[in-house]
Amino acid sequence: MTINGWLQIGFYGLCLLLVAKPLGLYLVRVYDGSMRWLGPVERLIYRVSGIDPAEDQHWTRYAGGMLLFSVVSMLFTYLALRLQHILPLNPQQFPAVADRQAFETAASFTTNTNWQSYSGETTMSYFSQMTQLAFHNFISAAVGVACAVGLVRGIARKSAGRLGNFWADTVRGTLYVFLPVSLIGALLLVQQGVIQNFRPYVEVTTLEGAKQVLAMGPAASQVAIKQFGSNGGGFFNMNSAHPFENPTPWSNFIEMFALLAIASGLIWMFGDMVKKRAHGWAVWAASFIIFAGGVATAYWSEARGNPIHAERGIDVVASEVQPGGNMEGKEVRYGIANSALWATATTAASNGSVNAMHDSFTPLAGLVPIVNMQLGEVVFGGVGAGLYGILMMVLLTVFIAGLMVGRTPEYLGKRIQAREVQMVMLYVLVFPAAILTLTAISSVLAPGLAGRNNAGPHGLSEILYAFTSTAANNGSAFAGITGTTYYYNTLLGLNMLIGRFAMIVPMLAVAGFLAEKKVAPESAGTFPVTTPLFVVLLVSVILIVGALTFFPVLSLGPIVEHLLMGAGRLF
Amino acid sequence: MTATKRPLFDPPIVRRAVRDAFVKLAPRHMVRNPVMFVVLLGSLATTVVLARQALGGGTGVGFTLQLTLWLWFTVLFANFAEAMAEGRGKAQADTLRASRTQTKARRVERPADRESATLVPATELRLGDTVLCLPGDIIPGDGEVIDGVASVDESAITGESAPVIRESGGDRSAVTGGTKVLSDFIVVRISANPGETFLDRMIALVEGASRQKTPNEIALTILLSGLTIVFLFAVVTLQPFAIYSGTSVSVPVLVALLVCLIPTTIGGLLSAIGIAGMDRMIQQNVIAMSGRAVEAAGDVNTLLLDKTGTITLGNRQAVEFMPVKGVTIPELADRAQLASLPDETPEGRSIVVLAKQQFNLRGRPLGDAPGQEHMAFVPFSAATRMSGVDVGAVQLRKGAADAIAKWVRDGNGQVPSEITPIVEGIARVGGTPLVVAERRDGVTRVLGAIYLKDIVKGGMKERFDRLRAMGIRTVMITGDNPLTAASIAQEAGVDDFLAEAKPEDKMALIKREQAGGKLVAMTGDGTNDAPALAQADVGVAMNSGTQAAKEAGNMIDLDSNPTKLIEVVEIGKQLLMTRGSLTTFSIANDVAKYFAIIPAMFMATYPALKALNIMGLHSSESAILASVIFNALIIIALIPLALRGVRYRPAGAASILRRNLWIYGVGGLLIPFVGIKAIDVALVLLRLV
Amino acid sequence: MTMLKKQLRPAIVLTLVLCLLTGAVYPGVVTGIAQLLFPRQANGSLVTVDGRVVGSELIGQAFKLPGYFHSRSSAAGADGYDASASIATNKGPTDLKLADTLIAGAVERAVQEDGAVKGKIPTDMVTTSASGLDPHISPANAALQVARVARARGVSEADVRALLTRRIEGRQFGFFGEPRVNVLLLNIALDSAYGRPARQP
Repeated sequence: MTINGWLQIGFYGLCLLLVAKPLGLYLVRVYDGSMRWLGPVERLIYRVSGIDPAEDQHWTRYAGGMLLFSVVSMLFTYLALRLQHILPLNPQQFPAVADRQAFETAASFTTNTNWQSYSGETTMSYFSQMTQLAFHNFISAAVGVACAVGLVRGIARKSAGRLGNFWADTVRGTLYVFLPVSLIGALLLVQQGVIQNFRPYVEVTTLEGAKQVLAMGPAASQVAIKQFGSNGGGFFNMNSAHPFENPTPWSNFIEMFALLAIASGLIWMFGDMVKKRAHGWAVWAASFIIFAGGVATAYWSEARGNPIHAERGIDVVASEVQPGGNMEGKEVRYGIANSALWATATTAASNGSVNAMHDSFTPLAGLVPIVNMQLGEVVFGGVGAGLYGILMMVLLTVFIAGLMVGRTPEYLGKRIQAREVQMVMLYVLVFPAAILTLTAISSVLAPGLAGRNNAGPHGLSEILYAFTSTAANNGSAFAGITGTTYYYNTLLGLNMLIGRFAMIVPMLAVAGFLAEKKVAPESAGTFPVTTPLFVVLLVSVILIVGALTFFPVLSLGPIVEHLLMGAGRLF
Repeated sequence: MTATKRPLFDPPIVRRAVRDAFVKLAPRHMVRNPVMFVVLLGSLATTVVLARQALGGGTGVGFTLQLTLWLWFTVLFANFAEAMAEGRGKAQADTLRASRTQTKARRVERPADRESATLVPATELRLGDTVLCLPGDIIPGDGEVIDGVASVDESAITGESAPVIRESGGDRSAVTGGTKVLSDFIVVRISANPGETFLDRMIALVEGASRQKTPNEIALTILLSGLTIVFLFAVVTLQPFAIYSGTSVSVPVLVALLVCLIPTTIGGLLSAIGIAGMDRMIQQNVIAMSGRAVEAAGDVNTLLLDKTGTITLGNRQAVEFMPVKGVTIPELADRAQLASLPDETPEGRSIVVLAKQQFNLRGRPLGDAPGQEHMAFVPFSAATRMSGVDVGAVQLRKGAADAIAKWVRDGNGQVPSEITPIVEGIARVGGTPLVVAERRDGVTRVLGAIYLKDIVKGGMKERFDRLRAMGIRTVMITGDNPLTAASIAQEAGVDDFLAEAKPEDKMALIKREQAGGKLVAMTGDGTNDAPALAQADVGVAMNSGTQAAKEAGNMIDLDSNPTKLIEVVEIGKQLLMTRGSLTTFSIANDVAKYFAIIPAMFMATYPALKALNIMGLHSSESAILASVIFNALIIIALIPLALRGVRYRPAGAASILRRNLWIYGVGGLLIPFVGIKAIDVALVLLRLV
Repeated sequence: MTMLKKQLRPAIVLTLVLCLLTGAVYPGVVTGIAQLLFPRQANGSLVTVDGRVVGSELIGQAFKLPGYFHSRSSAAGADGYDASASIATNKGPTDLKLADTLIAGAVERAVQEDGAVKGKIPTDMVTTSASGLDPHISPANAALQVARVARARGVSEADVRALLTRRIEGRQFGFFGEPRVNVLLLNIALDSAYGRPARQP
């Protein structure tokens, strides 16, 4: 670990802190409908789509619109991928995407997962990348934020029972949030060297006279939204480790910043909308504490390096002339600190883009992304999904600890009763049910085992990572796993759909229930939600609810691998 | 009911609870508690494995046997906790039942016709029957006095030995079956069929027979069931992971892990906590009609308290004589005392006493007045609104300012203008002014005013401060004018007051508070309180009150002490706190259990995992056994806490939370590390592993 | 059902409209502006030597001749550095092949070819990059190769070292990332100073 490494990490945290309020203020204005600078476009969209933005929707209607939109856009993408060979903008003349692959990819991008078992530069035409994958990058992000805004309205409103208009929220998010930031982000990235063209792949003769084919395409526009929209699906196979997606340390910083900036702003927006900014900051602080813990663990473990490799002759001590640590699967321009930071950030959010190979991380550094995802990606989290995820945890915290102050648990004046607890528990149950069951099956069945790239505990980690990442709609991977089989394409695709919709629906139900409630005024007897004590409590509940469930499997995967690595054991 | 203090582990109760713990193993009962039901299923599965092992003569029977026993103990301990909580109620119910002696009733056809009484067994009485009760009779059922007045001994219900007056009409007309007429007679119209009387309901309530899960309990049960399912996934999927790792885990060990992880501590004690909460109410001589009411008491935001009897002593006292010009204070005191001599009301007496204290004026015996003239008492009447004495030719009157003014003017006297500021001054400081006037030798004049003061009960301010610290607002309800009310409110330290309150104002206030999302508690005894009692979230009816009031409230205070509302709130809070604290404790416990069991399961396959055995437990078997034993014993260890409730100190939510988090959160994290290690050492010493 | 029907229209129309907006208009606008403002970067930061495109300064190349500085190990394509098929080894920390074949092998080569000392070998020198296209190596890695390059080209080590020192990139803005050397640009600089190396390894 180097001082500069810590400074870069600290600077990143500072930027997240500084962006929270300005971006939050902007988001508040977008979602209360007072942002109008694209008014004509917005109104045109409403008119042709038959949307009445003033219609205030009951949660069932809000959720219904979300489901219908997702189904339609997923089918649309499935068809487009299946017909890729006859559609335009296909200079490399890629064939149609295989059925199972098309299903999984459509599910993957619809659910904001962006798990990619294909390699972008050898599978997807420019048409598919732009009109399908980038399009889903936008709308899945906008839908996620819309759902979170629905929940926040449910918490903020009194005796209303309505959550706003799903369609208007989605359109506003796309128009006023994701399009402008992506446009700016894309141009900043091009300036650093991210490519943006429609040219066929370029064949060059290298200095030594070999042939090298350089993949081309409209990468920057897609990279920008994949970061801002916490999607994470790379234009190229190696995602943000690829020099054309992420050419410099500065582009690396922009991309990392983009992947948590909106989430940071959303937390501030939440505090403002519920008229308790201090509570928003408390949630922000809880996120930051877990985030900092994750970064510190990952950075420490990666900088320490792999003792087995050190024994083979590597100098793992960092200096001004070499990065030290564990450089397997990492790029020299980012080094250890930025790789550990990125891995933590990308799994804190539901982003899943990578700039280093998590599969080759030391076990504890590999544990951090897994745990981040298993906690529900609530640490800042994906756009929207992170906010509603941590708010579910807040409700759970208030319920468990709220009783301790001798009252029926009350959250911002609203009583948390059986109906809400039921839905929160349904939400909490999805992860253990989906991740553990599917990982367990795959760790004993031949088609599951066949996908591994590593033996021993690390192989179990690969399978666990795959189902964790897909359920959590993250999309990053212990990428050694071979996912292009009927077995994995199908199970992972289904897992993504479960991880998205089986969680959003109960979450919106909670929103609807809360929206109907009266608000009791605050008093000295009210459970405090703005104090450091609350922050500690929230962190504890997130860790205990998340980590306790997965501790057994983690102890047979990354934890035991860490211990075995110390003992020099190889598989 | 006699609220005798029982020791927590009263031997008869313990004996009955032990028996009940086994009776409660019936699946029909167990399924009501999902967490413990899972433990029951686990115990059964382990027993089956044990039987097969024993028959097959396999190794490790001793370990499985111990494991199986402790799993069964876990279930039994939880049942025992519930039975203990119920046992205390049952014992009290038995006492009540014993007081319900088989009685005969004198049924009369017409209330007026007392001669037509026929003797019938009390059990034959139906709603609407009228009965005559003579001295020495046990009142045969709940009812309303429609004729007569009698002193009644209600100690069977309230434990209070002083007799109370019951009379027809008004707010003292309700009588309870099982109480005894001491003097005079009353005619009672029966208001409940046999089996539905107050006594019957009370027996059912304290016994817990009609117990239903309360809203918070339901929510908590959902949380605990959810966690149980989560851990079910964690444990069931462990077998494939073990197989992947080249080993397998036996069913008893998986069951052991599951039972250790699911929240058995709170799951086993949850119903005991609820029952004990109601029991604590009963210890305070408050009968809660439902657990829901007890819970609501903890949530109360606003307390409505009647001024008279709750905040102030029931009567006012004279504290100062304030003469008009030309009259000395001793002169006024003398006349006032004279005017009050025959006045038996507390106010009247306090005037006599004040005059005696301040000016050493002796309470002259009647007829011993100056001149030994005849002294005639003029009692207070609603028409004149004054009282006084006529001593020979001298007439003395005291009463409301306007009434006296009229009397003075009628006697052609002058009302001095300076009396007005005196009267208003007294009212402004919360007092009641009583003006004294004299008619002597045909001259009628005002002498001055007596300052009658409401006396706020001792210690009320401190209690309201405590409530405020808990975030509860107190509102005083009074018929006084706003000026007086404000002054008393300030002296008593309540947050707000409702002056010149009519019953409908009270109702409107409750509805207004509830519309703002608040929960309201109030006490009441009169029939006109009934609608408000029904509307309030917690309505405590005084046992001395009318039947209508008792029907409308969801709690009855047998001591008829309005101040007890505060204790009721505290018990409600304590109940919720106990549940929350034990839930936190239960969940925090899991961390240590993981560190005991996970390495124990897989150390054979991955010796490196012994790094996780941070407690340094002796062996796999001892680690697993120690965890299960700890898990079972902690239920027993926490029974006293569940029954008594966690320690309660009035304070703001933040400080209560901090305190309970330290004890039950951090404590819950650390205690099992110590406990499991200790049990592990003991197991090794006893050569049980 | 009416609810479904009422919501179906926005679902379908919005899919098409937003697809047009975010999938065609947006990338089109970005491409237009990018090609106008940053044409070199937008088209791959291609490097030309004597009018011939020899690659992209951002994409690493395989160098096998001893007279060139060597890039890191690459898992992309059969021979590494296949810029149309980026990939990493994805081998875990307890993987036998990674430790005993890939890393141990690379260590052996570094010892034999560059006289590196076991235990003192820079990590990036014997590990595989993430993209398989890493254009950079660490300054320590490059420094270890100076002697071999100088020997193969028959020039003084000091001259090569001086040339290397000029091509070391510090942290971006003095803060971001890590110090590094772009191998392709370094080797082009070598060529322009000393001519192309002998083809014979």
